[in-house]
Amino acid sequence: MAQAVAVIRAFYKGITYRGREGHWAWMMHRVGGLGVLLFLALHIFDIFLIGFGPEVFNRFLFIYHSPPFRVLIVFLIYGVLYHALNGLRIIIIDFWPSTTRYERQMFWVAMAIVIPVWLVAAYFTIAPIFAPH
Amino acid sequence: MRATIKILRFNPEVDKTSHWAEYQVDTEPNEQLLNVLHYIKWNLDGTLTLRRSCAHGICGSDAMVVNGRNRLACKVLMKYLGSSVTVEPIRGLRVIKDLVVDMEPFMAKYKSIMPYLINDEDPGSRERPQSPEERERFDDTTKCILCAACTTACPSFWANGEYVGPAAIVQAHRFIFDSRDRGAAERLAVMNEWSGVWRCRTIFNCVEACPRDINVTKAIGEVKKAILFDEV
Ligand code: FES
Repeated sequence: MAQAVAVIRAFYKGITYRGREGHWAWMMHRVGGLGVLLFLALHIFDIFLIGFGPEVFNRFLFIYHSPPFRVLIVFLIYGVLYHALNGLRIIIIDFWPSTTRYERQMFWVAMAIVIPVWLVAAYFTIAPIFAPH
Repeated sequence: MRATIKILRFNPEVDKTSHWAEYQVDTEPNEQLLNVLHYIKWNLDGTLTLRRSCAHGICGSDAMVVNGRNRLACKVLMKYLGSSVTVEPIRGLRVIKDLVVDMEPFMAKYKSIMPYLINDEDPGSRERPQSPEERERFDDTTKCILCAACTTACPSFWANGEYVGPAAIVQAHRFIFDSRDRGAAERLAVMNEWSGVWRCRTIFNCVEACPRDINVTKAIGEVKKAILFDEV
């Protein structure tokens, strides 16, 4: 409990402290990571449903195609892409500490890759919602 | 230049929680924030409590959160702060009064890394020589003034007060990579503990906060690597 309160306090400090790129890179990395973990749990659950036969499994899979879920998937894609690219940035920083000098530039390079890929993927995820049936 | 200074105040004798107090002050663009705080204390409200000593960025007494970032009040000029300035005590340490926090836990962490030369070898009747290259190896981390701006800007430290923190790691680095020192193994053991160097998430708030421009995260990274590859 005390630990939970400490974490919430730390989160509050985190969003009120005016850090620069590294600070926001880390916040997004955390939130994105937790989001991806949540989806992973859901995915393990749907695979588990196979045990109850195709009937149950297929019915559940339907939710992945529903419009609100597609919007969530757009966030998921961002989470995965960002976490992967920023993860590489962190690995580079960890193994070659002298690259810390370029941490900001590396963050923007990661973003320059994440954003366009994400937009394209988001388009293909969202478009079916508007497609005529 | 007329400026509004908002200070987060706390008096343990009357307040339950801290509250903001506002002061209107005439300032000069090239004036230090510390000067303005002095003006408030000496002319507007004598109860304002803050810590400072040298007023020239070398004693490390007056780190505070200025406009949301850790700064030394004596090193930051009004022209960079605009006409509305917020001042808070540094975060993650207990506030004693107004801008004064309890530095004891911070200093305890400093002591835990054994911040002194460890070397039993007898140098004879002369000093312990060192080449310019050997000195260069830890030059950056000799600049630390223990102001706590880095440690109290670190989200890992906010979340877990046990974390030894960037300042202590910088100090450890200063000795670990000193060719005259023989205590690297002992210090690396402290760094490798649960509360040690691995709590660093490379967030870089420490680097942005350091008034001495130390590349703190680089130093932490070098200590991490020294542990990982077992070589200094
Ligand atoms: S008063 Fe000494 S560092 Fe600012």
